[in-house]
Amino acid sequence: MIVALFVPCYIDQFYPQVAVATMELLQKLGCTVEFPMNQTCCGQPMANAGFASFSSDCDKNFIKNFKGYDYIVAPSGSCVLHIKEHLHDANDEAVANKIRGSVFELTEFIADVLKIEHINASFSHKVGLHPGCHGQRGLHTSSMSELVAPAFSKPEKLLNMVKGLQLILPKRVDECCGFGGTFCVTEEAVSAKMGKDRVKEHEDNEVEYITSGDTSCLMHLEGILNRQQSKIKIIHIAEILNASLHVNN
Amino acid sequence: MSTINHAKASEKFIQDEPRTDWHDETLWFVRQKRDKAAHQIPDWESLRDSASNIKDHTLSNLDAYLTQFEKKATQNNIKVHWAADAKEHNEIIYSIIRDNNIKKVVKSKSMLTEECHLNPYLLERGIDVVDTDLGERIVQFREEAPSHIVLPAIHLKKEDVSNTFHQHLGTEKGNYDPQYLTEAARNHLREKFVHSQLAITGVNFAIAETGAIVVCTNEGNADLGVHAADIHVACMGIEKIIPSTQHLAVFLRLLARSATGQPITTYSSHFNKPGTGKQMHIVLVDNGRTKQLANPDFKNSLKCIRCAACFNTCPVYRRSGGHSYHTAVAGPIGAILSPNLDREANADLPFASTLCGSCTNVCPVKIDIHQQLWKWRQTLMKEGYGGASKKLSMQAMAMVLSKPALYRFLGSAGRLTMRLFPWLLNNKKFNPWYKQRDMPAAPKQSFRDWYKNNKA
Amino acid sequence: MSSRETILKAISNNRSALIPLENADIAIASNSDNLLEKFTAVLTSIGGQVEVIESIDPVNDYLYKIAGKDNRIVNVFLGDVVGNTTEAGELENVFVACIAGGIAVAENGAVWVDESMMVNRMLPFICQHLVLVIKDGNLVANMHEAYGKIDTVATGYGVFIAGPSKTADIEQSLVIGAHGPRSLKVFIM
Repeated sequence: MIVALFVPCYIDQFYPQVAVATMELLQKLGCTVEFPMNQTCCGQPMANAGFASFSSDCDKNFIKNFKGYDYIVAPSGSCVLHIKEHLHDANDEAVANKIRGSVFELTEFIADVLKIEHINASFSHKVGLHPGCHGQRGLHTSSMSELVAPAFSKPEKLLNMVKGLQLILPKRVDECCGFGGTFCVTEEAVSAKMGKDRVKEHEDNEVEYITSGDTSCLMHLEGILNRQQSKIKIIHIAEILNASLHVNN
Repeated sequence: MSTINHAKASEKFIQDEPRTDWHDETLWFVRQKRDKAAHQIPDWESLRDSASNIKDHTLSNLDAYLTQFEKKATQNNIKVHWAADAKEHNEIIYSIIRDNNIKKVVKSKSMLTEECHLNPYLLERGIDVVDTDLGERIVQFREEAPSHIVLPAIHLKKEDVSNTFHQHLGTEKGNYDPQYLTEAARNHLREKFVHSQLAITGVNFAIAETGAIVVCTNEGNADLGVHAADIHVACMGIEKIIPSTQHLAVFLRLLARSATGQPITTYSSHFNKPGTGKQMHIVLVDNGRTKQLANPDFKNSLKCIRCAACFNTCPVYRRSGGHSYHTAVAGPIGAILSPNLDREANADLPFASTLCGSCTNVCPVKIDIHQQLWKWRQTLMKEGYGGASKKLSMQAMAMVLSKPALYRFLGSAGRLTMRLFPWLLNNKKFNPWYKQRDMPAAPKQSFRDWYKNNKA
Repeated sequence: MSSRETILKAISNNRSALIPLENADIAIASNSDNLLEKFTAVLTSIGGQVEVIESIDPVNDYLYKIAGKDNRIVNVFLGDVVGNTTEAGELENVFVACIAGGIAVAENGAVWVDESMMVNRMLPFICQHLVLVIKDGNLVANMHEAYGKIDTVATGYGVFIAGPSKTADIEQSLVIGAHGPRSLKVFIM
């Protein structure tokens, strides 16, 4: 199965190890991973700031890089959701449509497409999970506390396959971290307060790591953790699933 | 016209961090009560679908239902008035007061009258309206606006209420007991009810089929006021109509559970005809609703039944307080209703959100609130409310992100700068991120660099 | 053009194409077992009291007990004449009122009372304590069934009453007895 790796811009620039882990993980799970070299960004920062109308060139570049693939996978719920909901090409809507139907967030790809039931990984640490709103509520990677519906979680299912991992959920299981794109600076006070409150719940649970499917959330939480000189580290789910994974899975 | 900006107002609110925590936890508790109540109804999600469909249908046939309602209500001896805007709404109510020589007016909760600024209008004309809901009376004494459409005094601690009552009702200084304070309000307001001449109420639901209106309350003040007075004036937005009585079952099962976690409000009052020898008036108000109806992106906001479930779940609202929204209806729903009323004053509101989507999930009538927040952002920026510098920086970003080589160059230049001159960004004054968060580390290689060196 | 015409014209121009009403039969979903237990549990949890009785005597006993020697009882259930007074002053001193109730809803503890049962619209609100007497055969599971059985426009006014008046407007502390009655007791025959 050929998979195109879609690397969010802030992962490309600041957290390349997440993309490395994602690529290695997909390869170990049997995929051939290709990385379109001229990708830049999905355009979400502009669109969420109200300037989706400026993103047509950015969209064109995305389409140019990713057209023709049946599977496009990114370690990010928010970027995948943005593409799914907002990618358009005035000149070739059919291509844009195909891409929108072919793009997957990592945990949903592993759970729903690869249908993995066992992962031979180990990570002997106490880990707190932050679902990430766009993956959870937008892509439905897990059930939501507001809805009266059966409980499920693709990220938790995968994390529970990892040997030695002690997964602990915060009290408010799916409250937003407060990053929100440009919100993190335009409404700095609320954003930081939301982040601090999330961090406190994980501190109360005495976890060693906070993990998520979304590095934007983790970047924001890490900023606060470091400012507080906390011992807690952030780690993307891809990095955990890729940890000590044996080749013969 | 408002000069308050949500970001600045919430910054001020959050400065008192313990109080912010208290406000956040109090409202989160209400959200949890809502969850508990919802989970007791196995067909909760179907109920939401049903409510959403009834409202969608009604809005698509609104004129027919309004004329049917007017006909039936009129047959039942109710006088129906139509107000195009807030000013006309206020004028109509004032003329009823004036024509009947009314001196004493009581009012039970109506967010519409807040939207129309009725109280100050009447006060200017010598009519002192007494708000009779406990929470509304408290904020009226304090000359504040309600901060929440269901729990108007949620931003106040019992010490604040005690001080206010000591000042206005002569209660014991330092007695913070809610029971004691409520009793004081009960006695003070009972006298107002008994002598009231005209009672103003809101309307939760108006039934087109019968011309009746339904008012949902807990305290008993709405009914006490109306039945004791000679004249009842009920104010409603035109979107409060539902087709028939059986539909009430859907809404009454959803409303109180969504709002406070109660199975139903203490009183669900069905007003069909005025009492013997009394007058009943209904004021139907547009005030921008027909304009919102015209916009396919935003017309669904008119389905709102004013339960405030979206407020209670919103992590931003809980940490900024209703007054930071500077409109009659705050919170997520306010952010998609208010820009329709005044672009300039309310352009900040759709941005007071991380678009987490929790509001959409709790809305009993399935308004796609977070998606409308996103759409309002596009509309407002297109109409120029973002300012020139924002537009320029976004154009720059759009250009960089569409040119791979430029993106790569700027990315590595940026990271180099961060590594060599960290003090440039590690500056609380110029970099808002840095106020309370450290910057992320700036790696030497981007992923693409690593890939090129290792895999390509 | 009057405001009425302006508004109706604007609606007619601005509304979308007709969206049909779906007839979702969710009404029937509720379980009809143990209605009495459910009703009692819910009403008790929201501050009301419930007592099952065989004869009318416990009602009278309760009214006399709660009113004591001097307080005014108005028992329209048993035919006390309170008349059509619209003067709040005349009813202001009613200490306890006893009224017949109609359909009662197990899901939320609400009892339907219309104008013909309360006789005077003010009575259920102005009294300090309220007593309702209902028949156990009038219990239904949920609001859909209730509206199926009630003619809400048979009289000029009707109300679902679910418990005593209350407020939590002061720091979310629940206070039973806001402006309306301080207590509600429902006798089920």
